[in-house]
Amino acid sequence: MNLTLKIWRQKNANDKGGLVDYKVNDVSPDMSFLEMLDVLNEDLINKGEEPIAFDHDCREGICGMCSLYINGEAHGPDRGVTTCQLHMRMFKDGDTIYIEPFRAAAFPVIKDLVVDRTSMDRIQHAGGFISVNTSGNTIDANAIPINKHDADTAFDAATCIGCGACVASCKNSSAMLFVSAKVSQFALLPQGKIEATDRVLNMVKQMDEEGFGNCTNTGACEVECPKGISLENIARMNREYLKASLKG
Amino acid sequence: MSGILNSSIGRKFAMALSAFFLMIFLLQHFVINLTSIFCADIFNEISHFMGTFWVIQYVIQPILIFGVIFHFVMGFVLEIKNKKARHVGYAKNNGAANSTWMSRNMIYSGLFIFIFLIIHFIDFWIPEINTKYIVGDMSGMHNGEFRYFHELQEKFVPIWRVALYCVGFVFLALHLLHGFNSAFQSVGANNKYTKGLKGFGKAYAILIPLGFIVIALVHHFNH
Repeated sequence: MNLTLKIWRQKNANDKGGLVDYKVNDVSPDMSFLEMLDVLNEDLINKGEEPIAFDHDCREGICGMCSLYINGEAHGPDRGVTTCQLHMRMFKDGDTIYIEPFRAAAFPVIKDLVVDRTSMDRIQHAGGFISVNTSGNTIDANAIPINKHDADTAFDAATCIGCGACVASCKNSSAMLFVSAKVSQFALLPQGKIEATDRVLNMVKQMDEEGFGNCTNTGACEVECPKGISLENIARMNREYLKASLKG
Repeated sequence: MSGILNSSIGRKFAMALSAFFLMIFLLQHFVINLTSIFCADIFNEISHFMGTFWVIQYVIQPILIFGVIFHFVMGFVLEIKNKKARHVGYAKNNGAANSTWMSRNMIYSGLFIFIFLIIHFIDFWIPEINTKYIVGDMSGMHNGEFRYFHELQEKFVPIWRVALYCVGFVFLALHLLHGFNSAFQSVGANNKYTKGLKGFGKAYAILIPLGFIVIALVHHFNH
């Protein structure tokens, strides 16, 4: 396949940036999207040009590091995959592909396609954990009976890899799906219920302070989420938040 | 509880509550208007009751006006905040791939509905307030009979007004097609009943505005 790429280039956080056109030829349909970018970068390096900066790590869809807004969609046109799992067979010979960074005020661009997503880490730090004492009397998690439905639902929520596709896809740049997944995975389990009130209040407060937008329930986040995190989590977080607000 | 309205979820919740109130109001407005195409006397009786009963005039009506203004203002506040949450837009964005047109354009359908409401107030509400509270005529009578039904029919004689109302109701339908279920999601109601509720929401969003359109057309052609 021969492709035209329109890639966002930005020298640093203060640079204005803009789209730059690149031609890539003889792209194999079996390549992953990131491998295609690797090939382009090799060409650029061989020509003495600055390679394109983009995030990646595990390249098997579990680390949440890769991002990219490809042809108007987070992680590209395929469903249930991250950019590293996206294959070039999803495109046609002669296509023009737009490649942009995830956009949100809370995700400032660092360079080219790399954005700073530490705002999500700070939300996690605000309450996305359970406090476990180390007195030696800690009850083994497996010793506490949990009904299968709750265990499965909590596990589904816990599959969120925090990639930020929900924020990038949302027209409001809302982080509700991410935060709700983290709130849900604990709220459904007995170990998480103890700190449930503080957790949801603190995580939502941090989310608002980071400058994410307000959810208007368009559902774009759920569609674009590579892990299929459900909108049910947002409804659960809303309930948890209202309950916590009434308590606290 | 303090500061709940300063949070993103609290604002969503407030929007949803005002939406529920407005959707209940819309339903009762529709039921009353529907009587006008079956029996002018019943329509006159109900209209007179609604227009003179103190609870409705001095309690429900101010709440309704507050609800409309709150929903509109909060909608714009949220829109402005959401615009600030993304300084640089995408060169290419395929919103249609993951969400409905209605869900992405609530601010525009809402704006058209608000413009329609202003026209509706000028057509019906302001003359009614003038007759009752400025002229001081609380009888509801004109030439020895109730005036409500005749006034309604008179309003729908000009085709331009009928067309304007039809367009207004189309935007109302578009707004409700997303808004109905969105309100339930905002208050945390996403459970085994959600699928059924979505179907009911679609029926509500289409049938109520369609019913208002039919009522306007019936009065236009029967006058």
